[in-house]
Amino acid sequence: MGTEKLTGWGRTAPSVAEVIRPRSSEEVADAVATVGPRGIVARGLGRSYGDPAQNGGGRVLDLTGMNRILNVDIASGQVVVEPGVSLHQLMQAMLPFGYFVPVTPGTRYVTVGGAIASDIHGKSHHADGSFAQHVAAMDLLLADGSVRTLTPETEPELFWATAGGMGLTGVVLRATLRMLPVETSRILVETKRVNDLDEAMDRMTATDGDHRFSVASLDNLATGPALGRGWVESGDFAAVADLPPKQRANPLAFQPKPLAAMPDLFPSGLLNKRTVRLMNVANYRRAPQTPHTHLASIGGFFHPLDAVHDWNRVYGAAGFLQYQFVVPFDAASTLRRIVERVAVQRAPSFVTVLKRFGPASPGYLSFPTEGWTLTYDFPTGTPGLSGLLRWMDAQVLDAGGRLYLAKDSRMSAADLEAMYPRLEDFRKVRAEVDPQGVFVSDQSRRLSL
Amino acid sequence: MKDSLGSVQSLLVLGGSSDIAVATARKLAMDKTKRIILAARPSERLDAAVTLLRSHGAEVRTVDFDALDFSSHEKVLAPLFEEGDIDVVLLAFGLLGDQATDERDPLSAAQVVQTNYVGAVTSSLVCAEGLKKQGHGSLVVLSSVAAERARKANFIYGSSKAGLDAFAQGLGDSLVDSGVHVMVVRPSFVETKMTVGRPKAPMSTTAEAVAEGIVEGLRKNSEMIWVPAQVRFAMSAARHLPRPVFRKVAEKQG
Repeated sequence: MGTEKLTGWGRTAPSVAEVIRPRSSEEVADAVATVGPRGIVARGLGRSYGDPAQNGGGRVLDLTGMNRILNVDIASGQVVVEPGVSLHQLMQAMLPFGYFVPVTPGTRYVTVGGAIASDIHGKSHHADGSFAQHVAAMDLLLADGSVRTLTPETEPELFWATAGGMGLTGVVLRATLRMLPVETSRILVETKRVNDLDEAMDRMTATDGDHRFSVASLDNLATGPALGRGWVESGDFAAVADLPPKQRANPLAFQPKPLAAMPDLFPSGLLNKRTVRLMNVANYRRAPQTPHTHLASIGGFFHPLDAVHDWNRVYGAAGFLQYQFVVPFDAASTLRRIVERVAVQRAPSFVTVLKRFGPASPGYLSFPTEGWTLTYDFPTGTPGLSGLLRWMDAQVLDAGGRLYLAKDSRMSAADLEAMYPRLEDFRKVRAEVDPQGVFVSDQSRRLSL
Repeated sequence: MKDSLGSVQSLLVLGGSSDIAVATARKLAMDKTKRIILAARPSERLDAAVTLLRSHGAEVRTVDFDALDFSSHEKVLAPLFEEGDIDVVLLAFGLLGDQATDERDPLSAAQVVQTNYVGAVTSSLVCAEGLKKQGHGSLVVLSSVAAERARKANFIYGSSKAGLDAFAQGLGDSLVDSGVHVMVVRPSFVETKMTVGRPKAPMSTTAEAVAEGIVEGLRKNSEMIWVPAQVRFAMSAARHLPRPVFRKVAEKQG
């Protein structure tokens, strides 16, 4: 037990908190019962970009030590896990039995607790929805020390306040997940280069009903007729018959390459508009002009950046932020305006990802709603970034869209109110279960959540 | 919390009616600072500052604060940290004094020193404790280039700032693991209400420029900033000048 300086994955805005590493539900309950005036919040693997898993002057519960898989039902594909179990761990344990995680984001190194708190989504959102929609039940430790078992059927309000609730309703002590049955650990991916934003959007609209996974990557610095060019990937888990004969013997093999380590030596300006431009163009040119199908590994398709440990260090000490918004399908013009302005202002984004979301989950603060979602990665040192993002906030808000709390590190409290119409419902539930505000984070203070 | 781009949400200014304080608070309010507390003695200038900052959309309140009333600092300042997190404390009060008068009147000199050093130490300590409890925040301390090397024309003021400067650097080092950041600001001669009618020194600066430097320094978490930036090199050279040479150079600057 000691104090530590914590940041999110973007390595910005640190604060110092007392970090406690419980190994059991009793130790979690103890830490909550003896909390001081600055409150407590749970933290997993620290993959949120901003400040939701830090709590300056208060307590932070690092739950990565509570990482046991408690029960597995091979027949139904249900698992019961502790909150610190990572998706990586679940894949390793369950793929041999023919089960994949129900939803995976761009990294396997998130915990189940964090996945629920952020109600995360992945390339399959249009088909599978968000993570919490695959949670059958969870045990939640409340501020008063009691533990409640929540299911969407028996306690819908507290369940859907907790799903996407950024850890502010309590601490998830265990969760029951419905895993996804798969025949193989390979994904059959069709890749096609797209020459502009319209082509990207058209192709996704036309094809994503046929595929479980669908995503477009854009060269965010291309302008003029090339605006929004990139490549679209559509994928599905392969059947055994799709594998080359050599792989059929072990169709569920999952051996992600050992992680390379990233030294913390990079200067802050390494990723700038010139270097990002070179990489964007190279990636675009590498994408095939006619649809090309190949077999990809789980790591290669879902989590390419996981191959490098601590890849966030490449941004240097100044750090970076991720900006992800969603706007309804009828606001495609807003999407285009934003893509154009970012390109013209030459704000470099190492990763720019476009995707179509399916219907929203019932989570009060869950991010995904039906529409286009676009994600940018910006180094914080980008000139004019603050003004650009504020302009983007206004565009998104105007179109009836919203920003993702798990990636937020700078939005305003007023915008949050306007973007999340169910915030009042969330606050009502929270006031009932945590009237003293025991569960707080730097983000909840910043946004008066 | 400052956000990921270093924008400040809440600000406490000690000496809230000084030109540098108002210029800095205004810049921050134009960015994202929504809650501002101005701690100062009541005055018309303070009222004007409140009006100005409110016109930029900030919620502003004042607190009666007297830098020389050391024993009140704990009582006046500590409760402010209970009302909500304070991202930045700007310690902007100070007395330039009048060197000639102060040399003749030791009590007048004492007032300069007590304000600039003793009052700054007591109020900084109270604020540092408040920031420490919240696990984040910046304390910005207005020093002066005179802290680097005082000269004949300003050594009473200069020595008080030298003391404060050394104090603030040490405080910053002591707080490094607490999440609290201390930034020492060393402006050159600032043309403000304190300096009206005084001869301008070379490389003089303005309250606006100092404010600009502070906002930029807050974004970068700088530990020491010089305004203008190049005065750092001039002072670095001056510091190493032999005394007789320094006296000659200082003489020319008046």
